Amino acid sequence: MIISLNHYLVLGAFLFCIGVAGVLTRKNAIIILASVELMLNAVNLTFIAFARHWGDATGQIFVFFSMVVAAAEVAVGLAIIVVLFRHKESINIDEVNLLKW
Amino acid sequence: MILHFLTQAVFWFLVILTVGSAIVVVFNKRILHSAFALLFTLCGVAGLYVFLSADFLAASQMLVYVGGILTLIIFGVFLTARMYNMSIPEQTHQRFLALLPVLGLGGIIFYVLNSAEWHLITPMVAPTTENLGKMLLTTYLVPFEVASMLLLAALIGAIRLARPRKEDHDD
Repeated sequence: MIISLNHYLVLGAFLFCIGVAGVLTRKNAIIILASVELMLNAVNLTFIAFARHWGDATGQIFVFFSMVVAAAEVAVGLAIIVVLFRHKESINIDEVNLLKW
Repeated sequence: MILHFLTQAVFWFLVILTVGSAIVVVFNKRILHSAFALLFTLCGVAGLYVFLSADFLAASQMLVYVGGILTLIIFGVFLTARMYNMSIPEQTHQRFLALLPVLGLGGIIFYVLNSAEWHLITPMVAPTTENLGKMLLTTYLVPFEVASMLLLAALIGAIRLARPRKEDHDD
């Protein structure tokens, strides 16, 4: 059996769904951040698979930029989590209802 | 023939490593185990990038994700380590309700994958680093500069946020 584009697409879909499940079910903000990274990785994998099978490096450029955004997102996200922990002594997202009324 | 078999074996090993450790990340109760399982997921994805002849991105995946983001996440776990002693429920109560959108999303994706007709050409196998460098400095120069500004802003913002303040009691 030859490894085709569909293998990568299905793998990316699986990874994305696992990431969505993590965001929806976990309460720890750090794990939610990790799940978001999983989703980003899944999409990156799909981009690169398409880039290869269309013989065009543009998809890889997109992945490059999405990596940059992911790095920025994690830096800011963890800073927010650290501040949150300093204020509330907890990173349980159920206790973070500052914006809810 | 033997090379073909080896390629298959490595590919499926990477797939199982990636998906298995991703499942551990999401469904394991211990935060630290999740963080370390993420290491194997990211490495597996980097290996798959090599399969897809994205050598530069495989290297930057190792540098940015494994070297940077994962380290940050593990730092975060340790900085908030008191979570361990507080015995809060680790998962929401609507775990089975959450299964619904996940399955729905998965169904939609697989439906699209099945029904779509990709017009493919023969895949390229050459390394793409040179291509990427040229494209980043010609066609995509402006997004490249914007990305660097974004990184700078995010760095400054993160430092500004996380820095302990003297008048922290006020707010």
